[in-house]
Amino acid sequence: MSIFEFFQALFQYEFLQKALFTSVVVGIICGIVGCFIILRGMALMGDAISHAVLPGVAISYMLGINFFFGAVITGVLTAIGIGYVSQNSRIKHDMAIGIMFTSMFAVGIVIITMMKSSADLYHILFGNVLAVRMSDMWITLGIGVLVIGLVVLFYKELLVSTFDPTMAQSYGLPNKWIHYCLMAVLTMVTVASLQTVGIVLVVAMLITPAATAYLLTNRLSVMIYLSALIGVISSVFGLYFSFTYNLASGATIVLVSAFLFALAFFFSPSQGIVWKAHKSRKNRLELLEK
Amino acid sequence: MNEALKIDHLYVSYLGNQVVKDISFSVNQGSLVGIIGPNGAGKSTMMKAALHLIPRDKGDVEVFGEPIKKWKKRIAYVPQRSDIDWDFPITVFDVVLLGTYPKLGLFKRPSKSDREWAYECLKTVGMETFSDRQIGELSGGQQQRVFLARALAQKAELFFLDEPFVGIDVASEETIIHILRDLKKEGKTILVVHHDLSKAESYFDHLLLLNKNMIHYGASEEVLQPEVITKAYANQFSFLQPKGVNVTS
Repeated sequence: MSIFEFFQALFQYEFLQKALFTSVVVGIICGIVGCFIILRGMALMGDAISHAVLPGVAISYMLGINFFFGAVITGVLTAIGIGYVSQNSRIKHDMAIGIMFTSMFAVGIVIITMMKSSADLYHILFGNVLAVRMSDMWITLGIGVLVIGLVVLFYKELLVSTFDPTMAQSYGLPNKWIHYCLMAVLTMVTVASLQTVGIVLVVAMLITPAATAYLLTNRLSVMIYLSALIGVISSVFGLYFSFTYNLASGATIVLVSAFLFALAFFFSPSQGIVWKAHKSRKNRLELLEK
Repeated sequence: MNEALKIDHLYVSYLGNQVVKDISFSVNQGSLVGIIGPNGAGKSTMMKAALHLIPRDKGDVEVFGEPIKKWKKRIAYVPQRSDIDWDFPITVFDVVLLGTYPKLGLFKRPSKSDREWAYECLKTVGMETFSDRQIGELSGGQQQRVFLARALAQKAELFFLDEPFVGIDVASEETIIHILRDLKKEGKTILVVHHDLSKAESYFDHLLLLNKNMIHYGASEEVLQPEVITKAYANQFSFLQPKGVNVTS
């Protein structure tokens, strides 16, 4: 199928429009939040929280409430649990993450398999963007607006507490609160991404576009815009490949973003491996000629 | 003269070990004070605890007769270089601009005059030509000057610097000490954690000598007496004992 046919299908099918819209929003918010996640050295934490959302989603299903609430509660509880274990014992932060999120994930799997068919589990874990319902779309949009709003309003505070937490604390910023708010935002982003990429691959959308942007700029504000843009490009092309070749949307979206990362890794003007090698080779040759 | 800082019976422990014991001293406005002592003496810990950056077991800290909390925004803290992520996507100018943040309220962005002031501070430390560089591209001394510019941008009354002279070039060290002396002349109060005894007397007018306990606090020439210094550094030389050398207090 050509891109042209994809566009035709886009005008024709409402489910595809919903899928595209949701993916674009997810690309943007994952890109934005991902920047703060990687700069705070919390890539692993992002992985943990996104997985820890599972039991919350399962319990919400069971109670018949929107899975948004359950997800935020178990996500934040896990973040608090990880902090508590690593601060009050010799268990290191990464160990605490490994223990807490796998346990939560396991609880989630047990609950889901006990009550529902495994098809639901599959969709939650790997996403099913073509089955996005109207209500899911609104939740995703709502979360998107909230996340962007928070980052715009608290950009200054996020910047200081990420770059120099000690300075932030010394002039009275509540670092702990900022951390837990970010964890809550992370769980919301995971919920928003459930249908698009699924729990297992959310972390890729958080880290890969942000890491790509990180290789391309020296300014946080530029990095955030770039990361969001890369997220959107990954979502749109990923959806195209998913629809055209009938592949899992989460996987195709993640693969496009990984491809973009590889491009930046090798060809970024300032950080790319290829340019660096080229520059040092040129330098050596010049020195030889002298 | 005004009493700018008063620390009263400060105790700090880390994982059950007492690392700072019973520190009490006060600093007059317009002083340049060096905090010295051997490695592991708790110099940085004492400074961080005084600023309430880490929990303390006991002890009050007052700034101009009020609890330090009230003065938070008017205290500039320059962290050790090892505490900073130098790969962070931020330019030199934006680091200095952070100094204007404490005075801005929530939701407010730095204005044009804030930006001009930040640039002014960058000029004071002689780093204005590096304004657009990523912070990690600079040398250690240049980075330290940029962080001092950030402290200046904060228009603080009290300045706390943690090991600003470690691993930096002579020119940067000269620039920094010159600026600290200017600040002192303007009536600002400055505390510096410092490890190099050889320059302590020429840099600071008062010295606080620590080795977990407070060994001595007073005018520099008074602290830098052999018998006072020996008290703090005695246990550092225990390796000499098998050779028959005894350094005891």
